[in-house]
Amino acid sequence: MTSQQTKIVIVCVMLTALAIIVPFTSSFIILLVTRALVFAILVMSLDLLLGFTGLASLGQAAYLGVGAYLTAILATKYQFGLGYDFWLVILFGMLGGAALAAVFGLLAIRASGVYFLMITLALGQCVWGLAYRWNSLTGGDNGINLRVRPKFGIDLANEVTFFYLVFCVFALSLLTMYVLVRSPFGRSLTGIRERELRMRILGYNTWLHKYLAFVIAGAFGGLSGVLWAHTAGIVSPENVVLTTSVDALLMAVLGGAGTLVGGVIGSFIVFGLREYLSTIVPWWQYVLGGVYVLTILYLPTGLMGIPARIRQQRARSNEATEENRAAPVPS
Amino acid sequence: MKHESRRRFGSMLLGGVVALATGASATGAMAQGQELRIGYVAPTTGIFAQQGKDMVDGFQFYLDEVKSDFGGAKVQFIVEDEQGKPDTAVTKAKKLILQDKIHILVGGLLATTGYALAPVSTAEKTVYVVPIAAADDLTQRDFAKYPYLVRTGWSSSQPSHPFGQWACEQGYKKIVTVGADYAFGHEVVGGFQRAFEACGGQVIQKIWPPLGAQDFGPFIPTIKQDADAIFTLMVGPMSLRFPKQLAASGNKKPVIGGGTSYDEFVLPSMGDEVIGHVSVLQYSAALDTPKNAEFVKRYRAKYGKVPSYYSESNYTTAQMIHKVIADNGGRFPGQEEFVKQLAALKIDTIRGPVSLDEMRNPVQSIYIKKVEKKKMFGYDKDELWNTVIKTYPNVGQFGPFKKEEFLAQPVYSRDFPPCKHCN
Repeated sequence: MTSQQTKIVIVCVMLTALAIIVPFTSSFIILLVTRALVFAILVMSLDLLLGFTGLASLGQAAYLGVGAYLTAILATKYQFGLGYDFWLVILFGMLGGAALAAVFGLLAIRASGVYFLMITLALGQCVWGLAYRWNSLTGGDNGINLRVRPKFGIDLANEVTFFYLVFCVFALSLLTMYVLVRSPFGRSLTGIRERELRMRILGYNTWLHKYLAFVIAGAFGGLSGVLWAHTAGIVSPENVVLTTSVDALLMAVLGGAGTLVGGVIGSFIVFGLREYLSTIVPWWQYVLGGVYVLTILYLPTGLMGIPARIRQQRARSNEATEENRAAPVPS
Repeated sequence: MKHESRRRFGSMLLGGVVALATGASATGAMAQGQELRIGYVAPTTGIFAQQGKDMVDGFQFYLDEVKSDFGGAKVQFIVEDEQGKPDTAVTKAKKLILQDKIHILVGGLLATTGYALAPVSTAEKTVYVVPIAAADDLTQRDFAKYPYLVRTGWSSSQPSHPFGQWACEQGYKKIVTVGADYAFGHEVVGGFQRAFEACGGQVIQKIWPPLGAQDFGPFIPTIKQDADAIFTLMVGPMSLRFPKQLAASGNKKPVIGGGTSYDEFVLPSMGDEVIGHVSVLQYSAALDTPKNAEFVKRYRAKYGKVPSYYSESNYTTAQMIHKVIADNGGRFPGQEEFVKQLAALKIDTIRGPVSLDEMRNPVQSIYIKKVEKKKMFGYDKDELWNTVIKTYPNVGQFGPFKKEEFLAQPVYSRDFPPCKHCN
């Protein structure tokens, strides 16, 4: 457990450093970090499914969409959620995401592997279709502009204040999900990932476990949507489109699935390259592509897999020196 | 090239000294000029990269011509890639405003991007000049929300209104519309339908292929056979594919369309099947004026292609900004004042005389254009050109309709105006 404790300490130190340093950087950096953090919540929610339950979902953007559209519609049509009731909107966003996932889960959880991927993709596209076509509610492809951010004692229009709000919500989400995956429930999810049949024989209701994980992931997706709406100031079908889901999946894989923190790293790297590097050089897409390809070729466990890989390499070389006649590793 | 080296040399010297020197040499009278930072967002990657490139080229072309000197102000032109996504456009605009401290924000291709950037300009109190994004409501029903927004291009339904009248004059009674299924398509088709039905025509069917459709096979056979003509509104790669597939289906009806269906960004790649098709816009590369002829030749010599409306609109936008800055002696006069002066501008541009109405949308000539294969401007090859066959001068965004009455109606959409003569 000591290595686990070191990891926790490292993550805490990194987060504290982030919270301290970011406000002193330029306002553009603050904006980018805020965006990356919000998106990281979505990626972590996806990681619950992908990394811990073994379900690769291609429709996670749908829950972000629900949270975001809910926030935007409440704010523009009913002026709701612009004061202390913002916390209610966060709750509604999570409930909305969970409710949608509860419906979609009924359809999707019966499948697994590539079929699960296809069903979640199709369901995600349904949400996109609604966002695109339901003009009176969603504003069609023009989307909805949020002109003001909530104000309750603190004014979220201030980018630094908003950053801290996002940071706190993000840290809480990370903590909650961490506790969740370390709980007996989370352990049984990992068990399902490793071998579902065995878990079923041991008497676990694997369907229910997967379903619950799916709903929880939906809730966190909705949460990220609420924050996203206020971060970007615009909600459009672009947020729900397939590429957003794919982005989330790539970020999770890039950082390392099944680690939660990996998704955060992935989110920071992709946002950094796509939105920061692109302001400096026009060939940023090659860098992004290169990072993806290299990760998949050499780091199938993602960037979070680097320490383990180094350790493994070191152990292997030790072994090799100790006994030269060790059995060859089967590939 | 010359300009490039000058810029590099300039960066080695103290900025103020350079501004002083170039200001003095260019105008002879300027005592001092400031640096004018113009932030520009366009999709330079992604499926709209071609249009994005035309936009940037058009603006850059003007800057190169005046050596980035706006009446003594040294222009610093900063281009950011919005990737065709409204979210990204907002981030990039904020980067330009917060980090680069720009004076003026220009750009945005899609209507969606325009809608996303306008609130940013209001929130950050930064001037936003819109050369391309044509969403009607930016200068109509949402006008009051965007005090720092000026449009130098057009509103989607602006050319459609005179075009509807023109279609009546041709004796068309029944028309089928085929338009890309998104807000811009709805607005162009809606404007056409309203004007066409106001003079006695009937739109008998509206077909909406999805944005970016590749295969029109499911749509073309459903076109009603009793129609006199087909009105199309295509964008991006759709513009190229639709006429081909329509011709392959054996269509004999006249085809007319919105400007982007036959704009020069795609016209040189089109086949002979589009000859005789008629479209409408505020610009044509074949506009037969000495000013335009010279513009086309110089632009083509530099970029190897005929300017599209994306290029022209941005060239003109740069010219308009130049005029205002020059009128202020090479200084940026502050946001409110800049918007006021830009909106009051009456200027002779490549596309003809342009002034702005009280809602800061251009009042300009609208050209009905027919695709013809011919030689033009002394080029020795037969090429496709959008020959202007009729000019409607001084067309505003409300066309023949009354402003108050127009604004009381909802914005054109998939269901408005309702299709009374369908089915």
